[in-house]
Amino acid sequence: MAIEVRIPTILRSYTGGAKVVEGSGDTLGDLLTDLDSRHGGLRARLVTDAGVLHRFVNVYVNDEDVRFLGALDAKLNDGDSVTILPAVAGGAFGFAAAAALAGHRTPVAR
Amino acid sequence: MLSIDRSIIDAIVAHARRDHPDEACGVVAGPAGSDTPTRHIPMENAARSMTFYEFDSMEQLRVWREMDDRDEEPVVIYHSHTATEAYPSRTDISFAGEPGAHYLLVSTREPDTEEIRSFRIVDGAVTEEPVRIVAAAVDPHAVQSYMFGQSPATVDYECSGR
Repeated sequence: MAIEVRIPTILRSYTGGAKVVEGSGDTLGDLLTDLDSRHGGLRARLVTDAGVLHRFVNVYVNDEDVRFLGALDAKLNDGDSVTILPAVAGGAFGFAAAAALAGHRTPVAR
Repeated sequence: MLSIDRSIIDAIVAHARRDHPDEACGVVAGPAGSDTPTRHIPMENAARSMTFYEFDSMEQLRVWREMDDRDEEPVVIYHSHTATEAYPSRTDISFAGEPGAHYLLVSTREPDTEEIRSFRIVDGAVTEEPVRIVAAAVDPHAVQSYMFGQSPATVDYECSGR
């Protein structure tokens, strides 16, 4: 089954410059593994060594942030659209403190 | 070098002052490939913090899609530091994910002094660049150059026809 994946500028080096690629998988984790088989290195930019989604990216399924959908366990269906964006964050806060924050980050609901 | 209209800088500084002592953040979009910031989009700081900023992920999705639809890109990504200098922190560098963007920092630590600096951040390497503020609303040929965070070094009137 085909799922459309929108790739941000910073990761297009892994997709030969393509802005949109297609992949398949029942969950986001499966999809990223599938994409990595054709776009080697892409998964490592999105998933940490500990096997969780990287803090520096936002991933959406259709119009929802996957942090609200179970992250890598988020279920996917044929025809879904996945969008990857670089998270825009920073500030004067020290890095160690920011990393600690990332450890117990809860999504900010609107 | 970042060339940006005076009216946009004024709007960014006003946003930063308004949200002080929390950090303020936003984007200036421009036509893709133009390197010209034209549309100021103040963003929510979802972290609402004096030392950290973070775009709300849903607002970001909406704004990034809108830019895509309008064939724009984020030419400038800005945020404020409210007690320290306008220089990228290690956190800023870790997160910088738009290699084509100018990262503009505004410090609001001094209430009466405008402190604006711009950087390229690519693969963790920070390069400061001059900011050229174009006062189009007043006189399209009047240019103030901010060099590396100093107060205006020159007011450069490019005289034509003489």
